[in-house]
Amino acid sequence: MSGYQTGVLVFLAFNVIAAYSVYLPMAAGQLNLGIAGFMAIGAYTSAYLSNELGWSMLSSVPAGALASCLLATVVAVPVLRTHGIYLALATFALGQIIAAVFLNLEVVGAAAGYPVNEYVSPMVVVACAAGVVLLMVFLSRTRYGLYLTAIKNDATVTDLMGVNVRGMQISAFAIGAMVAGFGGALYGHHYSFIEAQHFNVLLSVFTVLYVLLGGTQTVLGPLVGAVFFTLLPEALRASDQWRYVIFAALIILMMLLRPQGLLTASLLRSLGGRKQGMQQ
Amino acid sequence: MSATATLGNAGALAGSAAGSTASDYALEVRGLSKSFGGLEVIGDLSFAAPRGKATALIGPNGAGKTTVFNLVSGVYTPTAGTVLVNGQDITGVPSRRRIHAGVARSFQNIRLMQHLTVIENLLIGQHVRAQGLGALFSPFRLMPKHRWWKEAQQALDECGLGAYAQQTVGALAYGIRKRIDLVRATLAGPSLLLLDEPAAGLNPTETQDLLAHLRLLASRGTSLLVVEHDMPFVGEICEHVVVLNFGRKIAEGTLDEVRQVPQVREAYLGSEEE
Ligand SMILES: Nc1ncnc2c1ncn2[C@@H]1O[C@H](COP(=O)(O)OP(=O)(O)OP(=O)(O)O)[C@@H](O)[C@H]1O
Ligand SMILES: [Mg+2]
Repeated sequence: MSGYQTGVLVFLAFNVIAAYSVYLPMAAGQLNLGIAGFMAIGAYTSAYLSNELGWSMLSSVPAGALASCLLATVVAVPVLRTHGIYLALATFALGQIIAAVFLNLEVVGAAAGYPVNEYVSPMVVVACAAGVVLLMVFLSRTRYGLYLTAIKNDATVTDLMGVNVRGMQISAFAIGAMVAGFGGALYGHHYSFIEAQHFNVLLSVFTVLYVLLGGTQTVLGPLVGAVFFTLLPEALRASDQWRYVIFAALIILMMLLRPQGLLTASLLRSLGGRKQGMQQ
Repeated sequence: MSATATLGNAGALAGSAAGSTASDYALEVRGLSKSFGGLEVIGDLSFAAPRGKATALIGPNGAGKTTVFNLVSGVYTPTAGTVLVNGQDITGVPSRRRIHAGVARSFQNIRLMQHLTVIENLLIGQHVRAQGLGALFSPFRLMPKHRWWKEAQQALDECGLGAYAQQTVGALAYGIRKRIDLVRATLAGPSLLLLDEPAAGLNPTETQDLLAHLRLLASRGTSLLVVEHDMPFVGEICEHVVVLNFGRKIAEGTLDEVRQVPQVREAYLGSEEE
């Protein structure tokens, strides 16, 4: 594999991890526009622990994921009281606050960025992304995954069935943030350098875009979305300066033609013809 | 009935009011009121539904029947009054916990999960009987022979709906969805089932199937509270009838008895039923 191909593959792996961090709360009907902030938490926590305290990555990366999960759990209580556009704005603001804090935090280099000592290889990153996909497929085969879909469809009815809707929403938000923190931590160790500016709102928006365009009805939608929108700009490289225009036009076109996303439950059912259905 | 209404009576499940041992009633509402922004929709309503029987709640459009269901199932909090299920005061019990007290309901405007298959909808209905983290995170959907699938399939088969198990709900005919909404409600094993216009929009064959289904439930000891505009249907299964108009009870008794009440005739004057 050439260096270029490896580079694209790793980029894809990070996008897949990010996509699933957005997908989980979205499966329950919640838009998290602050996902970059949670990646930053994971990245900085793991980098700090390994740089300054000499932790091995085996413990610093999970610690980064956990830190992100904990913060999400704490903020979920007030933030998830909001819905729709207000929830999007609240999570957006949260992401901005987190990035701003790191931008001014001297112990981790502030605006100058923060070099990360321990290095994680491309293959480990790819394996971790595969692990995240497997975890999500697993969750989609449980009642947990089923209830998230139910809540998105009709929270009142799901509540009357006895499901703890709020608890489910908070946990989906927190597990999503944990995945984001995990991805962020790996990101820092792989590229050996992090800066607060990287974890900006554009990163969050693009991630949400992958998920929406891939489709949120099935657990494999985000994977399809991330693959498609990581490889597409690469394929368009030939057309050079026009590629972003073409890319943006394609996104708008897809939103118009397939608002439910590339991969839908009924499409999967008709493709597989499986008795149990592959629906999340 | 008691005028001292209990509001937000938390912990009611643990120890309900004295003297409410083994009530003869599946449902009792006492002095129930509900206002929306000063507009009274239910006013000082009291009635009881006998245990193990079918009771009808009837009244003209906008009388407040669905609102009563929302109050009993906990979707709305009453402005005043008490709701007792099998003698237990559940007025302050959160809606999510009411299914544990045995209350399940269907909806006037069918509220199934459209993108999910029929059987997946039924799996959600099983939730009360699949408690705990082990049940929540078991990847049973990879196991086609798991008892949860079998149980849901069996419930469908019993009502002759087995063939629809793997179909997406959104693609099904209205009458079928209506029946599936009912099956989902029964999967929680409720002692009190609230049915909001179960026969509306059904053709005569479907209505007969529904009647058979409801009789089966009643024979198993499920108490029913049925809102229905179809009077012959009410006459078929409901021994007890409560009539609402403008949120207040205007009559109670057998269908033949309430039919004789002048206020009931008046309320229904000009409407299709009477
Ligand atoms: N959430 C609400 N906010 C304000 N008003 C409401 C609300 N829910 C119900 N109402 C009002 O309460 C009254 C009773 O409504 P309800 O739906 O209970 O009637 P119903 O007897 O079920 O009628 P129908 O036979 O048409 O189903 C109506 O006037 C309705 O507008
Ligand atoms: Mg109604």
